[in-house]
Amino acid sequence: MIFDINKIKQDFPILQQNIYGKPLAYFDNAATAQKPKVVIDTVSKYYSEENANIHRGAHYLSNKATESFENARKNIQQYINAENSHEIIFTKGTTDSINLVASSFGRKFISKDDEIIISVMEHHSNIVPWQILCEEKKAKLNVIPINEKGEIIFDTFEELLNEKTKLVAITHVSNALGTINPVKEIISKAHEKNIPVLIDGAQSIPHLKVDVKKLDCDFYCFSGHKVYAPMGVGILYGKEKFLEEMPPYQSGGEMIKNVTFKKTVFNELPFKFEAGTPNVGGVLGLSAAFDYLNKIGRENIEVYENELLNYASEELQKINGLRFIGTAKHKTSLISFLIGDIHPYDAGIIIDKMGVAIRTGHHCAQPVMDWFKIPGTIRASFAFYNTKDENGRLTEAILQVKKMFG
Amino acid sequence: MTIQEIENQIISEFANFDDWMDKYNYLIDLGKSIPLIDQKNKINNNLISGCQSKVWLRAEYNDGKIIFTADSDAVITKGIANLLIRVLSNHTPDEIINADFKFIDIIGLNEHLSPTRSNGLISMIKQMKLYALAFKTKMEAN
Repeated sequence: MIFDINKIKQDFPILQQNIYGKPLAYFDNAATAQKPKVVIDTVSKYYSEENANIHRGAHYLSNKATESFENARKNIQQYINAENSHEIIFTKGTTDSINLVASSFGRKFISKDDEIIISVMEHHSNIVPWQILCEEKKAKLNVIPINEKGEIIFDTFEELLNEKTKLVAITHVSNALGTINPVKEIISKAHEKNIPVLIDGAQSIPHLKVDVKKLDCDFYCFSGHKVYAPMGVGILYGKEKFLEEMPPYQSGGEMIKNVTFKKTVFNELPFKFEAGTPNVGGVLGLSAAFDYLNKIGRENIEVYENELLNYASEELQKINGLRFIGTAKHKTSLISFLIGDIHPYDAGIIIDKMGVAIRTGHHCAQPVMDWFKIPGTIRASFAFYNTKDENGRLTEAILQVKKMFG
Repeated sequence: MTIQEIENQIISEFANFDDWMDKYNYLIDLGKSIPLIDQKNKINNNLISGCQSKVWLRAEYNDGKIIFTADSDAVITKGIANLLIRVLSNHTPDEIINADFKFIDIIGLNEHLSPTRSNGLISMIKQMKLYALAFKTKMEAN
């Protein structure tokens, strides 16, 4: 299929509107991506024609919904190339996935004086769960530093690995800087010492072809809503050997095999970790989003987004007084910057009024903002439905900000 | 002037603006115009939490009236603080507690009342009313 940007943009109903009388230029994709019509239709069709509780009733609709749900699991397994479909756990999102591992893996494998490694550029959701776990277990949280470009310092990471290290939890792509971390190298280094690695994939799954078998990561977490699927659904991929040994996270219906007041026997994988009625509509939407991305071609998406990143970077570099935060060699299509001394919040208000949706602030990554000694940034994050013309609108908005605050 | 009279004055000033750009240029001017707070009072104790930008707010009680001073590291937020101070400062705790801030909606700044904005407008109003309540309680106890 030839990558036709005009045709692709038509697939997204929300992008067809005007805001403040101007066509919407949506550059807040790292916060949440828009949904193609096929995803919206899938969710709508599920509630119009198939809705029933799954894995329970012996009636027609329940069987049909269960089949669709389990087919979606297989589809997602294939998309990230996991070995088994029972290694795909449905969660509410990345945050939920990481909390599941922190709670269950933590309970089983972390004890006093153990160490967990994260990096400076983590999103709060890959910091706070480990902080809480370390406090509870009296374990230690070690942090990999970064250089001025926003790349992790690999030598220090290697030095931090020792016999007390029980887990490395690191983001694949930084949500604030766009840096693509060398996760394959990180994983192989950690595995040399038999240390498992969790990858926060929230910002990588929308942009990169992710193969969990090739990466050999032990856990990989992501959210549906950042990859063109509905909100409220996410994935925890975990290697069977860990998932089998980990105790359940939440408890209730679905995750049990047999309950008496004396003893409960837990269900097998993946149901052991899926207590309660899942977000079936969301899961089907996620599966449909992956079908859609496959149809466009994941290589095509990567090539186009790279082209857009290079174009936007060059255009923005022409504007005087812009300071770029995060200039790593390997980046996804995300640009974080400041306009002179103008507070990102001030800039954000004006850029919004120009019909351009960006995000300002610390992007739930305060430690990395502190590292750069800034209150926050203006972040434009691109998706494959964005265009060079739209980037021109961003340039125009930045010039307007400079005019008003200069 | 009463709070209502000041609000009416602001409403008629804003009625002159044709579009959002004029309005924001005015807020930016208000934000740049004067230092609103003594440098020595820009301390963590006076910081209001829950804002994307930093906002310092100080209240002093003088002869039955409250004097507010504020500052922010974001210019538009400072401009909005300037407006709030103009409306509320130099009034009695009762007057401040009863202020309804209808002018914010009328001059078209209601979008800043949305919680997602986290620009401090809501937090500033809340903090100003809390100060008024605290001074009122203290005054009645004496």
